Amino acid sequence: MASASHAPTPLLKDELDIVIPTIRNLDFLEMWRPFFQPYHLIIVQDGDPSKTIRVPEGFDYELYNRNDINRMLGPKASCISFKDSACRCFGYMVSKKKYIYTIDDDCFVAKDPSGKDINALEQHIKNLLSPSTPFFFNTLYDPYRVGADFVRGYPFSLREGVPTAVSHGLWLNIPDYDAPTQLVKPLERNTRYVDAILTIPKGTLFPMCGMNLAFDRELIGPAMYFGLMGDGQPIGRYDDMWAGWCTKVITDHLGLGVKTGLPYIWHSKASNPFVNLKKEYNGIFWQEELIPFFQSVSLPKDATTVQKCYLELAKQVRAKLGKVDGYFNKLADSMVTWIEAWDELNPPKGGAPTANGPPKK
Amino acid sequence: MRPPSLLSLTLDSALLRIAHIADLSHLPDHLVIDLFRRTLSAGKLTEKVLKLFLATGCEEIILAVQLLNIKQPLVPVLPTNSEVDIVIAALQPNLTTFFEAWRPFFSRFHIIVIKDPDMTEDLQIPTGFDLKVYTKSDINGVLGASSINFSGHSCRYFGYLVSRKKYVISIDDNCLPAKDTAGSTVDVVAQHMANLKTPATPFFFNTLYDPYRKGADFVRGYPFSLREGVECMLSCGLWMHNADYDPMTHVVKRNQRNTTYVDAVMTVPLGAMLPVSGINVAFNRDVLGPAMFPGLRLRNEGKHRWDTLEDIWNGLCAKVVCDSLGYGVKTGLPYVMRSDAEAGKALESLKDWEGVKIMDDVLPFFQSLKLSRTAVTVDDCVKELAGIVREKLGPKNAIFTEAADAMVEWNNLWKAHGAQNA
Repeated sequence: MASASHAPTPLLKDELDIVIPTIRNLDFLEMWRPFFQPYHLIIVQDGDPSKTIRVPEGFDYELYNRNDINRMLGPKASCISFKDSACRCFGYMVSKKKYIYTIDDDCFVAKDPSGKDINALEQHIKNLLSPSTPFFFNTLYDPYRVGADFVRGYPFSLREGVPTAVSHGLWLNIPDYDAPTQLVKPLERNTRYVDAILTIPKGTLFPMCGMNLAFDRELIGPAMYFGLMGDGQPIGRYDDMWAGWCTKVITDHLGLGVKTGLPYIWHSKASNPFVNLKKEYNGIFWQEELIPFFQSVSLPKDATTVQKCYLELAKQVRAKLGKVDGYFNKLADSMVTWIEAWDELNPPKGGAPTANGPPKK
Repeated sequence: MRPPSLLSLTLDSALLRIAHIADLSHLPDHLVIDLFRRTLSAGKLTEKVLKLFLATGCEEIILAVQLLNIKQPLVPVLPTNSEVDIVIAALQPNLTTFFEAWRPFFSRFHIIVIKDPDMTEDLQIPTGFDLKVYTKSDINGVLGASSINFSGHSCRYFGYLVSRKKYVISIDDNCLPAKDTAGSTVDVVAQHMANLKTPATPFFFNTLYDPYRKGADFVRGYPFSLREGVECMLSCGLWMHNADYDPMTHVVKRNQRNTTYVDAVMTVPLGAMLPVSGINVAFNRDVLGPAMFPGLRLRNEGKHRWDTLEDIWNGLCAKVVCDSLGYGVKTGLPYVMRSDAEAGKALESLKDWEGVKIMDDVLPFFQSLKLSRTAVTVDDCVKELAGIVREKLGPKNAIFTEAADAMVEWNNLWKAHGAQNA
């Protein structure tokens, strides 16, 4: 059975970076101060690099604008989106920590049903530090939570679980709907607090939202490329979706877990649905091709590192999706560029690249 | 057309709660009479309610009772729902507390009670329900000699066989209604029916869980072509307090109780296997009936839930069939409150418990299972599944050969007794 740890959750303040993309300001950090102050922040400033983004006092941070991105990556900077929060993945690349937490600048501290402020970061850390269970669905959700366990009939050989690569949090108030749904239900607010964390089963895809997301950079980092979006691109608001589908296919292949559910944050800003519709338009049609593509992707046995898996995926994107739209050829190219840039900024420690992910059984 | 008056609405409201009203004597006579007439029309005149009206001393009511020849005690003329049967396996003789607690939610429906064939004591069931009890002699009378052993928890499957409704809801006899986080009592029937009557979404996971629930929807990134969903055939509910653990977990975590109410229903994705607990379950009998069978029987199967795996085996098979035919399975709400009665006895069961080995044998089998495209009905799928079980699992353990036999036998029984035109 699952032995839940009753010990306090470790802060991991030297092992976790918080990556925040912003184009406006970082006022929201004031509300997060009690929870975020111990951590190092990586701020990726989108848009006009000549604008100064004010960071509230007392935070330890590094800030990168477009000029920095161009300078550090040179021609490879083409893979980092401009005028879209997809640029945040640059922050993942430059981080030197094991874990990443990324949050949008319109997300605030939510309250749980008892009225207590939710420490989202602490919950994400709990999720990442406890195993996932992708091979069999536990009807009582996360069996490692205090007060829960594996239910009758859950195979004992699976009760150790696998390492958790991704912790996908949710949002109260403004739900993450697409533009058509926003237009039909402009007043709908998510008021339901679902007190559960669960592992998304192997072989199942999901829509990964980047608003409140944490992951183990060492286990899955290179798969978290948020694609080509925004300025000059035919699509927007699919950056996190793309990263999520790629990530899930790779975690399934490498035997890692993805969790979804708690923690909640409070999403305060509803973006303009008409603007969103324009951005999502192509995505809404293309995703009908993308989903069958990802559902049928098969990675070769010798793809034992995330980078190898990702490069193989890029190949298949070019081969199978290039005919959907020329955009996917560009995207496949930038996927390769991303891996090259990642490896350049994150050289393997001492000698030949070793397989990341869990040791092969 | 004139809208109903406030008084009329109030009387209707009282009618809905008539089973819970303790005293009507403070009401003026004309209101008592009006309420009595409404109660008669709605078919809610049970023995208890009749006593309530008679206690007011209202002469007109006493006269009406005499004229209408209303006799006590009364078998209530309740308008039963034509779609749903409630099936209860009686593994303990005294079901008074159980039925009284469930009365507000069960009274509208026909209830099938199957008495465990091994039980010798008489059942105690309160009156006021549209309820039929089947005993060992009924089972033998209907089925004759069957190779399926209907004793213990498996007796409920006989109830599935004799039901003639489209939907069946089944709850263990040691469970009572639970309360949600707002303190309201959970209507298990309403929630299971909502689960079964709204689509399931097995092909893509919705991070806001059931998109058909009020206040929720499909999230950004959910493909539009998948938003119609598929028909839900099986609804798996959960349990507060005494959760459904295996005996080892019961022993090690003997004081642990489930106090987390998770306010969600979700579809179990295509290809994902899960342990379906028979403690609180509902299904579409018309379609899935042939796949809801007692197949796997542990050698020392006992009366405690942790002594069985029949529901787990049933659920795995049902999930494979649903996946193959494009039907959905949901899990989550509703909760029931499961009592402690069994908690201390798990240690005894551990000695001979073969559950660990069985599930570990079963797991790789189900993970790689794919039924053929030619199996297009639930019947076909079960037949094919039985054959594969016999071939692939039979050699590992005779228990699986017996399960395959039971599945084939169930197929025959269903054709003879379960199908609508049987």
